[in-house]
Amino acid sequence: MTVGTLLSLAIGFALVCVILAMMLCTVRLLIGPSAHDRVLALDTLWMCTMLLALMLGIRFGSQIYFEAALIIAVLGFVSTIALAKFMMRGEVIE
Amino acid sequence: MTALDAMPWWAALTASFLLVLGGLITLIGTVGLLRLKTFYQRIHGPAITITLGTGCILIASMVYFTVTQSRLVIHEILIAAFVLMTAPVVSMLIMRAALYRNQYDSRVVSARSVPNPEQELVERGALQPERSFAGDPVNAHEGRTSPRS
Repeated sequence: MTVGTLLSLAIGFALVCVILAMMLCTVRLLIGPSAHDRVLALDTLWMCTMLLALMLGIRFGSQIYFEAALIIAVLGFVSTIALAKFMMRGEVIE
Repeated sequence: MTALDAMPWWAALTASFLLVLGGLITLIGTVGLLRLKTFYQRIHGPAITITLGTGCILIASMVYFTVTQSRLVIHEILIAAFVLMTAPVVSMLIMRAALYRNQYDSRVVSARSVPNPEQELVERGALQPERSFAGDPVNAHEGRTSPRS
């Protein structure tokens, strides 16, 4: 078992784990009994997407995925803040 | 696969271990998000995904790119610092919104669960018949718990 085989197996396992995690988040997003459950599931889904981009960057050996992950993190933060403020006040910009 | 085979064994072992650990922790956090009972238990599930899972995978990415590019690649610290700063803020805002909505719902529901609060209070002698709370369920609920005048 060479070094490359070990690393590619680990990357495949982590990719499968994160995709399963995204599926569980999607289930909670669909069945969530209240609105704040759905917002929490959406925030977790953003985080898992960022992890997926990072692991694809390791898998393909490219640095471009890092910038994609950074943008996904920033956009996830802003959108979750906007949704939480909307749930609290009923409007985003007041 | 030649780029992966060129890595030294300790770097590959460290990166593999961190990747497997990060993937498992991410999966465990979202299983908690799916399986726990109430919302206030459920908000603790993704916290481990955001802190430990992201940390493990970011350190694995740092180790991999540092070894394969033969220079120090630590710009993943940007994502780590940003995520660690924003995760408590997001969690606190969602929690405050949920608490506010649950309090509002419980006030309205408990006020509406009394079928005719004015009539009930008149029968118990706690309310003079000319005082009326009709049409305002929230104030009617507060009027029911007010002391006898």
